[in-house]
Amino acid sequence: MKTRDYKRAYVWQLAVRIFHWANALSITLLIITGYLIAHPPAIRSTAEASTQFWFGYIREIHFMSAYLMFAVLFLRLYYAIVGNKYANWKVFVPFNKKGLTGIWHTIKHDVLLLNDKEYNYKDSVHVGHNNVAAVSYLAMFFMAIIMIFTGFGMYAANATWFLPKMFAWVPEFFGGDMNIRWIHHITMWAFILFVVVHVYLVFYHDWLEGHGESSSMISGYKFVRTERVAEANDNTENAVK
Amino acid sequence: MEQQENKNNETYYESVVRQGYDRRDFLKFVAFIGAYMGVESTSLGQIAKTLATKPRLPVIWEHFQECTCCSESFIRSDHPIVADIILDKISLDYTLTLMAASGHQAEAAKKATMDKYKGEYILCVEGSVPLGDDGNYCCIGGRSAIDILKESAAGAKAIIAWGSCATTGCVQAAKPNPTGATPIDQIITDKPIINVPGCPPIGEVMAGIIVHVVAFDRLPELDGAGRPKSFYSKRVHDSCYRRPYFDAGLFVENFDDENAKKGYCLYKVGCKGPTTYNACGNIKWNGGVSYPIQSGHGCLGCSAKNFWDAGSFYSREQAMGGGVESDSDTLGKVVLGAVATGIGAHAVLSNVSKRKELTRRIEAGQENEQKIKE
Repeated sequence: MKTRDYKRAYVWQLAVRIFHWANALSITLLIITGYLIAHPPAIRSTAEASTQFWFGYIREIHFMSAYLMFAVLFLRLYYAIVGNKYANWKVFVPFNKKGLTGIWHTIKHDVLLLNDKEYNYKDSVHVGHNNVAAVSYLAMFFMAIIMIFTGFGMYAANATWFLPKMFAWVPEFFGGDMNIRWIHHITMWAFILFVVVHVYLVFYHDWLEGHGESSSMISGYKFVRTERVAEANDNTENAVK
Repeated sequence: MEQQENKNNETYYESVVRQGYDRRDFLKFVAFIGAYMGVESTSLGQIAKTLATKPRLPVIWEHFQECTCCSESFIRSDHPIVADIILDKISLDYTLTLMAASGHQAEAAKKATMDKYKGEYILCVEGSVPLGDDGNYCCIGGRSAIDILKESAAGAKAIIAWGSCATTGCVQAAKPNPTGATPIDQIITDKPIINVPGCPPIGEVMAGIIVHVVAFDRLPELDGAGRPKSFYSKRVHDSCYRRPYFDAGLFVENFDDENAKKGYCLYKVGCKGPTTYNACGNIKWNGGVSYPIQSGHGCLGCSAKNFWDAGSFYSREQAMGGGVESDSDTLGKVVLGAVATGIGAHAVLSNVSKRKELTRRIEAGQENEQKIKE
């Protein structure tokens, strides 16, 4: 049995990891509080309204999480330009011939569970995002844009700060608050589905490939076959040490 | 001050005096309407001065596809001077429901006003205009509504679109909109238009807008939907006296439960207050007596766009498209279930399909584990 040599590659930079977990935290809080805002539970309480404010706090957490998500989105957009090659914006628009081939291969290999005639680690195991994942993050980016516009649109009427006020035109543009509330709500479901599939596929890849898929978002490292690393070139070696 | 040979040229103040009010009543009215308009107290002098010196504004009030609830609301405006003066003056020109003249006489009076005050009069429109079948669904005096509107709008200084009919089409524009009912600002695009939505709008709001136009000789500040900001910038929810119950998470679950008796928030029984912009919570109705939420019923959202198509009045879930009643949560749960099932199937099948690949890695790993020297 031939065993492989692996090298540790620094794939996810610190800012990217911070973005990931801040985003994960804010989205989790937004989904939980958002669902509660849409469907408040019936609390049987004898306390007076003057001594309670739980629903107000639920909304406050929702708004604070929204600001966090909005802020780290800018951090990530900045790193889409200055970050390493795995963070670059070009990764997220794989719509050239190579990217489309990659998308099709990933769908065949990981979704339809078909195997290549001869195992091909270069196509099957990805150092950064695989092309399908990259497309899903692009979709998620647009979902976040929808959430920001509809969310701040609903928030604007009560806001005093200029930033949310800039979205005051949104409700009217989409035919009223009821419509953007609905768009906001259905996009929340898209986020829920995204989270479920995303977490499952991380586990799936880690389980199958064992390259440190799930820990990479904490440590920043993934493990890649030595063959993938260009030994001759010092610069490259330093980059993936 | 202009000598009033022609009664049409008398000022609002002169008209007040002629009808038996004294100056004190007049000033009370100014303070009252100024407060509703949300102007600073220092501007009250300007309102009083304008109403006392300027000849009244000629107003033509057209009625198209509507139920006259806007006019009803207007004449029930809180302060008697609103009805006595403004409405009385308006009726002198043209308003189908309340004017004394009728038939050819009335049409002639309207024509005279339009000719004499070309470019000066205010056109108030109550009701939407049907564009379907050449506009034949609404005809007055043998002419179609669209024809009449275009004629009276041509010489108007500004247009006030009263009510949800004139601003968004209201019930007759609800799906499938058989008559092609169309709001005014989609037909007339070359005139300043004030949209005053509501079914009906609050009487004090209507009076306040007319007084604003008269007193300051310009339109009130409007928002993106053409609504006066002083009355439509806040949601019913945000000025609701039941709002503390919302923040405390105390809700009416059913209209006949204990919470309803206690006057808790109506959010869960379909109140549209959180998505509706109006002044109901502040000004209220019928002289500040009450408003729907105070009477125990959720807001219908009557001043919101397309409120007839926005789902049930008793549920906040909006039914979208083709009468399919399944709401977004049902859809979300079904898709989530499907995805979860798919994931389960994927997890099982990948154990079969990727067995070879997995075994190879596991065996290589076990081999390495055996060779590890501590």
